[in-house]
This record gives sequence, structure tokens and C-alpha cells, in this order.
Amino acid sequence: MTKTESTKPDRARVVVIGAGIVGNCLVGHLARLGWTDMVLIDKGPLPNPGGSTGHASNFIFPTDHNKEMAYLTVESQDQYVARGFNNTCGGIEVAREPQRLEEFKRRMTSAKAWGIDARLVTPAEIKELVPFINDKILLGGYYTPSVSVVDSLATGTQMREEAIAGGALRVLANTEVLDLETVETAGGPQIKAVVTDKGRIEAEHVVIACGVWSPRIAAMAGANIPLTPAVHQMADVGPIDILQQSNAEVAYPIVRDMDTFCYERQSAGSMEVGSYAHRPILMRADDIPSIKESALTPTELPLTYDDFDPQMEQAIDLMEMLGDAEIRYAINGLLSLTPDANPVLGETPEVRNLWSAAAVWIKEGPGIAQLVAEWMTYGYPHMCDPHGSDISRFYPHEKTEWHINARCNEHFNKTYGIVHPREQWASQRGIRRSPFYAREEALGAVFFDARGWERPQWYESNAELMKKYPDSCKPRTHEWDARWWSPITNAEHLQMRASVGMVDLTAFNEFDFEGDGACAFLNYVCVNNVDVAVGRSVYTPLLAPNGGFRGDLTIQRLGQNHFRVITGAFDGGRDNYWFRKYMNEFNEQRAADEGDVTFTDRSQGICTLGVWGPNAAAAMSKIVTDHTTASYDLSQDGFPYGAVRDVLIAGVPCTMFRISYVGENGWEIYTRMEHGLTLWDSVAAAGKEFEIIPVGIGVYAVTGRIEKGYRLMAAELESEYNPVEAGLARPKVKSVDFVGKAAYLAARADADKNGPAATMCTLSMDSQRCADGYDRFPTGGNEPILTLSGERILDAKGRVSRVTTAGAGVSVGKFLLLAYLPPQHAVEGTKLQVMYMNELYPVTVERADATPLFDPTDARMKS
Amino acid sequence: MRVLVCVKRVPAPGAKINITADGQAVDTAYLAFTTSPHEECAVEEAVRLIEAHGGESTALTLGPGDAEEQLRYAASIGVDKCVLLPIDSDGSTGGDWDPQRTSDAITTAIQGIEAADGAFDLILFGNESADSGNFQVGIRVAHGLSRPMVNGIKGIELGNGGVRARRESETGVEVYVLPLPAVLGVKEGINLPRYPTLKGRLASKKVALHVVCPSGVVGGQQMITLVQTAEKASTTVVLGHGPDAAPAVVDLLEELGLLK
Repeated sequence: MTKTESTKPDRARVVVIGAGIVGNCLVGHLARLGWTDMVLIDKGPLPNPGGSTGHASNFIFPTDHNKEMAYLTVESQDQYVARGFNNTCGGIEVAREPQRLEEFKRRMTSAKAWGIDARLVTPAEIKELVPFINDKILLGGYYTPSVSVVDSLATGTQMREEAIAGGALRVLANTEVLDLETVETAGGPQIKAVVTDKGRIEAEHVVIACGVWSPRIAAMAGANIPLTPAVHQMADVGPIDILQQSNAEVAYPIVRDMDTFCYERQSAGSMEVGSYAHRPILMRADDIPSIKESALTPTELPLTYDDFDPQMEQAIDLMEMLGDAEIRYAINGLLSLTPDANPVLGETPEVRNLWSAAAVWIKEGPGIAQLVAEWMTYGYPHMCDPHGSDISRFYPHEKTEWHINARCNEHFNKTYGIVHPREQWASQRGIRRSPFYAREEALGAVFFDARGWERPQWYESNAELMKKYPDSCKPRTHEWDARWWSPITNAEHLQMRASVGMVDLTAFNEFDFEGDGACAFLNYVCVNNVDVAVGRSVYTPLLAPNGGFRGDLTIQRLGQNHFRVITGAFDGGRDNYWFRKYMNEFNEQRAADEGDVTFTDRSQGICTLGVWGPNAAAAMSKIVTDHTTASYDLSQDGFPYGAVRDVLIAGVPCTMFRISYVGENGWEIYTRMEHGLTLWDSVAAAGKEFEIIPVGIGVYAVTGRIEKGYRLMAAELESEYNPVEAGLARPKVKSVDFVGKAAYLAARADADKNGPAATMCTLSMDSQRCADGYDRFPTGGNEPILTLSGERILDAKGRVSRVTTAGAGVSVGKFLLLAYLPPQHAVEGTKLQVMYMNELYPVTVERADATPLFDPTDARMKS
Repeated sequence: MRVLVCVKRVPAPGAKINITADGQAVDTAYLAFTTSPHEECAVEEAVRLIEAHGGESTALTLGPGDAEEQLRYAASIGVDKCVLLPIDSDGSTGGDWDPQRTSDAITTAIQGIEAADGAFDLILFGNESADSGNFQVGIRVAHGLSRPMVNGIKGIELGNGGVRARRESETGVEVYVLPLPAVLGVKEGINLPRYPTLKGRLASKKVALHVVCPSGVVGGQQMITLVQTAEKASTTVVLGHGPDAAPAVVDLLEELGLLK
């Protein structure tokens, strides 16, 4: 028995499976948050049990375009630094192709947003930093001095041993998990025990942190962790004189040869050459060899040379000295890939108290461990919003091996790729199609993927309309700005505002809550009071326990004990999980007389068509009747804003909901999938005299929304921000308790006293003219808002001001940006700057609250 | 001079090797393959001899088509030519490839190559294969070619039209002088084989592969079944932690006779 091993207990509060970087740091962070009675299990020996941590290259390039991953990476690097296991060596991403230089400008912009020191370097400067590089084949580089190599094994060991020393943790190495037991509860299966080859341990919580094996372990409990083991090839070549002479583990900056998808990282006297360029090689967790069957470790498989040979040639082109270096260690190393390349974190939706902390890289390990520890402790993380990594984000079809493999095959070679913020998947398309699909296809719809749904982004059939609005439909000069975009969107926008348009919103989720406890339950989960009259609706945020945003959606009261939640495609899975989680708690904690509540996901059966514009009522009045053949009063008085009514449209039962996300009079119309085509054809025919057009999501989600200042979950609305800051606080807070209420009240009181730390603002670009003399169009990818002197803006809570959405305000004639600003800048008329592609552009604060720029009084919708 | 080195594709050591359910083959699902360690040294020796004396080296293997990997490995550290005798290239070569049949096929192939390109001055084998360890093929080939052969060689020197081969015995060192052409069975330790370089690996892909359909008389040895031997259990005793462990370590070292 080694120093860190323990005897097996019969029960524990939490069992963590996997002693890699994640499991080790997780028990450390849980211990710091007060957890005790923990057990950490690994089937391998310590300190390197044979998972992906053991063969990781261990370097950190901090720049990431994704806010969540950038934050967690920088946070993790800070933790490695604090523990003395961070060896700063610098790193250079080098360009062989011209488009990579453009990407470097984008990286400079993200580095500015996250406060990372970085600079563009010439081939000669690269040569100075890395004297053995062939600068002749390079066009330039992106240099980050803070790039480092960390000791992930030592960091994990230290955190684990701190937890042991504090009496909070027992460790069982060389212990194989054989089964996970669950127990049935009213709210579904709940984790009960971990069965190992050394016996059984009952546990309140179990965390699966075993990387490539996670799917196999999760399946033991009937849960699904959607990741696949995949090969990352790596060879250690040496000895190399100049590296040996440095007499250091890593003396030269790490080079990422971005256009060949390879890296060269010094490892004492030799060089590690790693590749993301080879064909994707995916495995199943069950096909990974056991420790005994492995010559090295289970995640260090023999290199398949044929796959690596082309990278050898490219490596020699870049560093000639590598040609004479001997291949001393070469592996097909296993790591975890997920369908969207993000981690898989949080409680599994299938099994209560069974957590996933999987698909995590060394660079973000300690930070993610802290995030998961906070999640387990507080009910939701405090560090940052985890929406991109939340395991409940996946829809059923996204958890299939079919989908995982298709998407991982597609994105593996984009690991070092240049990925556009609007980039569309090529694989797994057409998985979900609305009943309108055939009509849309015939109209030349350009489909974007919305979590499996094919949604028209714009319609080529509307191209002719651009002649009607020539000034608003100019093409974009720079290919990057024009990629996955069309000026047709602007024409659709103006035609809808001029007359009427129809929008396919079938990707919406519809959740029904029924029972005599439904109203009380929803009031417990939602900020705003849902106890409205039957036939009325409520817009409401959902808050995390810390008072930050967890969701935002609308709720319709269809009956005294029947409510319907309407929420978007991108957060549907997470909202589904969130409601069910709290419903289980509500049902378990309620008094007998408080009534029960049931949940039904109706999304698969309902399609949705939005009809908006000044002529929407006139068009719809031609086809809407009540349950007789009588005409229907669609006037503002007869069918007021926010009302929900069952009607007939061309004889088909539909529900109309008077609401708008684009600032026009009109309705979301729901009907059963099988009636969808009839609905579409009837509306199209009724609208013909008004020149009705199909309108794409480009208008719905961007141009129409942004000039109305409407906030979007996961863009403007994240758990770091509260309703006061987002401009969504109502004058009063309802008296009954709800999730996040205490924190929300405290935030309101603080804002009343001191003002909010930041306010969601609408800004316009005063000039979009770049140095090359044409206009640029930010994509809304976290571009930093800067002061006139070029300083980045942080609020009192340390949050950076950055663009959360960017888009054309077509009707207001300005290019608009949404961003949170601290009070000194959140003043209408304030002049600031935005950085885009490493250039600065002047901007003006147009709105320092939620007042729309277009139709500020909402007269078009409500009067 | 012309040197031939014969190698065999064997499962890489270091991991548990599983046998298929029918007991007729090794389960290759998790396996990597390598060249027998004695033969790795033979390849290195062949390359060194040519580096020192000039000429041309050839690597030859009889095995599955995948054994091309072992020939490319030999090429990647400097062997000039590769000859593959594929036993799975067509149905006519099915059945057991015991040492008799294997050496018969290799002998025939060598005779064919020598007829076309000239005789090999030296033919190197590994002392024995790492998987079946029959200790036969080298000797049988030498016999078939009517050439002198010594096994267990840990030193080779060329000179005076012959070769001096050195091998260790329990009592000292035996030195043999053989006239050329000759055959030697090389033992691990004769040299420290180099790793392939990146350039070597890339160059090896360009070396032409000479494929010879093997034909050998079926021998008298037949594989009935493979049996997984019982794992050797080893126990680990922790002598103690930190400075407290020192006395126990000293006792053990004394017991082993390492301290005097």
C-alpha cells in the first residue's frame, strides 16, 4: 500500500471515478468547498493510472475565441502557476498560408478581449525566437509569451494529497469499477452505489471523470456521456544537439504549425511532434485495451506510421534538424472528442446525482474541476456560465454513436482549423425537418443547422427583393464578413417591416406542465409571476441559485392547471433538464395539499410558424375562424398582445400567440406537425395580395432582434449577469419564493444603492471603414469594446465588455452591437471603440437600457 | 560486400498477449508488431558492416503481407533492399509454416536472388525468434546453402577474406573464423540498435519491395493449439516509507549480497 492509498469504505458522500487531471483537481476543489467523506477511484496505479493525462503534451495556448473555454483556460493556467507547476516558455502559431494571417488578426482580437498578452511577429522575429525554424516557408506568426508547459501529474497529485491531508478523501488505486447501481425514485433513477473489484461503495454522488472510458462507465448506470475516444498522434524525436544544449525541459517557444495542423514542443533534449492532421481515428471505449494488454498504457497505442508520415515531411520542412532525429517514442495517443468539441459537464440528465466531468483537456482541467465542484456545491457554477459544456445540452439524436462519430470525424481536422463563427456542419444534416421543409427547399432556402433542425437562414427566392432595397442590400467586401451570410436577409427584413413575412420556428421546444401544482411549481422556477389569466402569457427569466441567468422563455397559460413553456432550439435540452430537476425536488418536497405537477415534452408533435408585419392581421383575418366558420377578431383589442387563443386556420386547429421577437404585429402559430403544410400553404395564399414572403432566421435571430434590443440566452444572458444588468428587471418582485430569489433581491438592492456594475447596452458603429478602405462587419464573436485610448473595459466584478451580438439594424440604418458596459460608459452618446480583426472602429452608445432602437414605444406590436 | 539479414514479424512484447477463442491464433486487436530483438541487432549489424566496408544490405522476411512493416523498419535504419515472402498471398501457401518449411522456402528464395544478383557474402539471422523460439531456421538455411554457420554471436569482424565471430560461453569467449560466404546467428547485445530517424522512416517508404512467392516443402511440425500460460504472479512488498524504510532496504541489499 502506497502513501496515498486507503482501505475501501462501505459508503461515501461522493465517489469520483478517475484520477487524471480532472478527478484529482475535482477532489481538491470539493475539499476546499467543504466536502468530506470522498473516495477517489482509479483502475490504474498512481500517480499515472494510464489515462490521457499521462501522455498529454501538457502545454497551454491560452487564446480561445469561445468565452467559456477562454475563461476556463486562463483560470486553469493561473491555478498551475499558483502551485508552481507552470513553466512559461512562450508559444508561436506560425502561418504558411495567407488566410492564416487573417485568423491571427482575429486571435489578436480575442487575446485583447481576454487580457492575454500577444503580438503578431514576422518570419524574421520567429527565427529570432526559434533559431532552428525555417522562416523561408513562413508568412508570419502569432506569439503569446505566456504559453506554458504545465505538470499535470504533479498538480493533480498535490490537489489529491491536500484533500487526503485534510481528512476529506480516501483513494483507491488499482481498483476497477464493475458496475454502477441506481435506485428508482419518483423523479427517475438516482445513483446508489459503485461496485468495484474491491467491493461496493454506497454514495450520494458519483462523478465520472475517467476521460475516454466515461461512456462505458456512464452506461453502467443507464446514462449517456456522448464522447468518443480518438487518436492524436505524437512522436518524441531526438536527441537534438541544440535542445540538449539548452539544458532545460523547455527553453524554446512551442511552435504550432497551424496550416499543417501540427505542433513542435521541446521536451528536454528531444522534440515532441504532435498532429491533428491525420485521418480521424475513432474508437469505442469498450475497445480500449486493459492495462495488462497494453505495452505502454491503455491510452498510448502503437503509432500507425502511414498516418503520420506526411506530418514528418512537413515537420522536416519546418525544422530541418528533425530529419536526423531518432523516433524514440511514438504513439497513437487517445483523447476524448465530443460532437461539438466542447467538454461534457454536469449532472447527467438520465441519472440523478450522477455527474459527468469528461472530455476535458489539460489546459482547462483545474478550472473545469473548480466549475464542476461549484456546480455540485451551489447547484450551478459561480465561475462562469457553463452552457457550452453542459451535458444536458444534447438532444437524443446528438448522443448516438452515429452522430458523435459523424461530427467528430468532421471537426477533428479543424482542431487547428480556421472556424467561422457562423460555420455550418456538413455532416448529420437533415436530421430534423419541419413540415414546411419541402416548400422552403423549393423557395431556395439556405438551411442552417439548429441542433438538428434544418432552418432557412434566408431564401434565394427573395433575391429579387434586393432591387427594391438597393441601399440596404449591398454585398460585403471581405469574404470573411460575407461568409455564411447574404444581403437577402436585409431585403427580407425590410419587406417584413413593410408588409408581412412568415418564419419557420418549428425548432422551438414546447413543454407542458399540468396538474394542480403546475402554477406553484412554475412560480418556484420562474422569476416573473406565471399566475395569470387563462389565455395569457408571461415572459420570464429562469435564474440560477446565484441570481444569474439560467434561461429565458415564455409561458402560456392554456388552462387553470395547464401551462406551456416555449423555448428555443439551442437551450431546449438544458431547459428540459432544469425544469425536470426542480420539478422532482418540488414534487418530493411539496406538502400533500400543494398538488402535483407533470411534465410532457410536446416538441416533437408541434410545428410553429411566425407571421409578422403591418399586414399580418389583414392577411390572417382572411383565414382565421373560430370553431364555427365565423370570422375572428384579430384586432389589438380583440386579440391583445400576449394573448393565446385556439383558432381554426383553413379548418385546421391551431393556437395563435400574439408576441414578437422582431418588433412587429403578429403571431406565433402552432399546430400539429401533420397540419403544418396546410398551415403554411394557407398563410402563403392569404398573404399573397400583401406580397407576403418567407423570412429566414437571419432576420428573426439577428437583424430584427438586434434593433429591438432583444436579449438572447447564451449571448446576452449568462449566469454571470442578472436581470438588473440585462435591463430585464421588473418594477416589483413577486412575493412567493423562487430559485435565485434571495440573490436576485440582493442584486436589486445593491443596484438601487450603487447602480448596476454593468448594463446591457446597444451600440452603433460610427464607421466600419477599415485601413484598406472598405467596410467591415463584426460577427459578434466577443470583440472587445475599448475606451478611446484603446484600454479594455472591466466592470467592478471583473467582467470584460465585449460584443455579445452584432448585426445590421437594417431599419435604423446602423450596424449595431450589444455589449455590457460599466456605469461610467453605459451612458447614451458615449464614444468608445470596438476591435475587430485587430483594427479599431469608433462606436457610440445608443441605448443604455432595454429600450429598442427601432420603434422605442413598441407601437407597431402593441397599439 | 553483400549482406543479407533475415527477420521475423512478432508481437511486440510488454503486454499480455491474448489468444483467439479457437486457440489457433494470437488475438491481434490490441497488438503492435515488431522485429524479434535478436534480429533488430542483426539488422543494425548489417547496416554497420555496410557502412564500414561498403556494399549492399538486404532484409528478407517470410510472413504475412503485413510483415512489410518489419522490412520498412529495417530500411528505415539503413538496409538497402527488401524481400518479402508473403505466406498469405494466395491459397497455395496455406498450412503450417514450421521451421523446416520456412527454411526451405528461404533457402530457395536466397538461391534465386543469388542467381540473379550475385552471392551474399554474409547472411545474418537472429539467434532465435521472439515468439516461437525454435532455434532452427538459421541453421537449416545454412545447411541448405552448404555454408558454415555459428549461432549466439556477439561480435563480428571482417578481414582476410573471412569473418571472425565471437560468442560468449560460461567459461569465457569463443572465437570462430569462418570463410565467406557464411551464416551467423546474432544475439542481442552485439550492438545497441539505433532508432529510425524521421528521414530514415521517409526514405524507407521509397525502397522497392521485392516479393517472392514462397515455396517450401511442408515440414513435420504441426501447430495443434495455442495455450495461454498461467500468469506469473509477483508480489510487491513495501519496505516502508521515507527514512524509516532505510534499515529494511539495507537488510535486503545485504541479503542479496549487494553490500559487503
